[in-house]
Amino acid sequence: MTDLPQIPPQVRAKAPSRFTRAWDSDFAYQFRRSPVAIISFTVVLVLVLAAIFAPLIAPYDPFDPASLNLMNGFSKPMEPNAFTGDVFWLGTDDQGRDVFSTILYGLRISLFVGAAAVAFAMVLGITLGLLAGYVGGWVETIIMRVADVQLTFPAILVAMLIFGIAKGITPVEYRDQMAIWVLIVAIGLSDWVQFARVVRGATLVEKNKEYVQAARLIGRGSGAIMLRHILPNVLSPVLVIATISLALAIIAEATLSFLGVGAPPTQPSLGTLIRIGQGFLFSGEWWILLFPAATLLALALAVNLLGDWLRDALNPKLR
Amino acid sequence: MAMIEVTHLTRIFDVSKPWLNRVLERLPKALLTAVSDVSFKVEERTVYALVGESGSGKSTIGKMAVGLLSPSEGSVTINGIDLTRETDAAKMDKARSDIQMIFQDPYASLNPRWKVRDIINEPVTARGGSGVGLAEKLLEQVGLSALDADKFPHEFSGGQRQRICIARALASEPKLIVCDEPTSALDVSVQAQVLNLMTNLQEDLGLTYLFISHDLTVVQHISDKIGVLYLGRLVEEGTPDQLFDDPKHPYTQMLLAAAPKMDGFGREIDPPQGEIPDPINPPTGCAFHPRCPLATRQCSAERPVMRELRGARVACHEAT
Repeated sequence: MTDLPQIPPQVRAKAPSRFTRAWDSDFAYQFRRSPVAIISFTVVLVLVLAAIFAPLIAPYDPFDPASLNLMNGFSKPMEPNAFTGDVFWLGTDDQGRDVFSTILYGLRISLFVGAAAVAFAMVLGITLGLLAGYVGGWVETIIMRVADVQLTFPAILVAMLIFGIAKGITPVEYRDQMAIWVLIVAIGLSDWVQFARVVRGATLVEKNKEYVQAARLIGRGSGAIMLRHILPNVLSPVLVIATISLALAIIAEATLSFLGVGAPPTQPSLGTLIRIGQGFLFSGEWWILLFPAATLLALALAVNLLGDWLRDALNPKLR
Repeated sequence: MAMIEVTHLTRIFDVSKPWLNRVLERLPKALLTAVSDVSFKVEERTVYALVGESGSGKSTIGKMAVGLLSPSEGSVTINGIDLTRETDAAKMDKARSDIQMIFQDPYASLNPRWKVRDIINEPVTARGGSGVGLAEKLLEQVGLSALDADKFPHEFSGGQRQRICIARALASEPKLIVCDEPTSALDVSVQAQVLNLMTNLQEDLGLTYLFISHDLTVVQHISDKIGVLYLGRLVEEGTPDQLFDDPKHPYTQMLLAAAPKMDGFGREIDPPQGEIPDPINPPTGCAFHPRCPLATRQCSAERPVMRELRGARVACHEAT
């Protein structure tokens, strides 16, 4: 008899840390391989951070009348002002406000309104979509017909309508304070339809799967099944739509503000800045318009590209 | 008293087009009779198998047995409780924890976003119970590792997933498990393992199975009684020996003749004639008469009732 080699006690591989797992995931790999994703993510990240830390970054507070000097009005970018000698990176507007600072604060408003509107649309759309898909029957008929009717109107028109109604019913003295919130509700209400449609479609697929039947069999109520079983499985298309919607919501907000029905001049968003700037375009002060417009373009483009990439990365059929 | 009593069970599905189309195209309502007047009993701690072709209504009966579908007519009672008519919430809850189901497709029957532990514990945690250690115990019982509890379903193969489904079905300590073709999505080699596991569990835990399958060779070995379905009707019922050695209904005879056999080299048999008829527009009388070699005028006029024949039950006018 030969001695059999001792079998070492089974060594269990150490479980990879959360970070390693995230780094090794398919999703992270796709991200690292896509230059478009990396660049657009960086642009979005820089803009978001700039917006969040605007009070720290901005060299001037454009909304503090005490710090404004009318003599600084219409300073050209990177050139010392003819009267005061101050240098403004991106110039100043007619009031002598630093364009760079107004852009940072405008970015804040634009991003906040965009994100809040998408969040509102998402909550509304997901709730109604889940109900329509899971409950079916007349609930589904009513929700989806309302959605169909709303889709026949352009989103901007719906938002303007809601904005107009809200403005009509709010007292004059609160109008400026309410404007931002009204804007969020208006854009959110004009945008819930696609969330509802996608979630309903995905819910119809999921609710017939056997794991849902298994949950019903156990005696789970409809609410628990919708929230705990179906919702996690319909979220990935929602994530893609949310990203693309964010770009659309930011543009919608800019459009409304440009038309003068959005953010008030006391709380200017990028759209308001563009509206202010376009008045000076033909008199030669191009920087007042160009820089806010370029920022808006960069933001919307980067978010959109990120959304496109996300859609492809989450779709296994396109790999 | 039998554990499951199925009496005159009928399920009709409305498969009509939407109301507006029907009005415009002047179509009548289309009603599909998936299950028609089926009665049988299952004794406790036995395995009752329902076999039939696709479209014979076997899954529909299974879903009605666990209360996922309500019968159009007739009733299913389990230990005297009718799941779709019981109003006492406590009794209902007790009955629900006594009944579990194993599904056909192990890829669709586990929520892909849930950890295996949560999936297995759900029958207990959904009732407010504590599932600590339960999933690990059950995983080992079905031949997996306790370490698998922290994994997600996509990390397992089809056979392993079906074992997880079995573990979930066992979590609430049920008395009855309805198995809806639990092996038909699996490889033949894995089928045998899963079947053996299910048989062992049935004997160890004293379970009752209502086993739904289209595979005669599978049910031959595990069941105590077999019911043969044709177009939503029960045509023959008997023990495996009675059914395989002495098939009485011409449909059962046709099925057995068509089944592949190990010693069947060079044998010449006629393939089964005809197709299963349209359940929206079923034949009059005996549903099998258009394909039946023994059919007489009585068969096309009068639906045969179940009768005793040499210890088994058969629904045929001509069977002797």
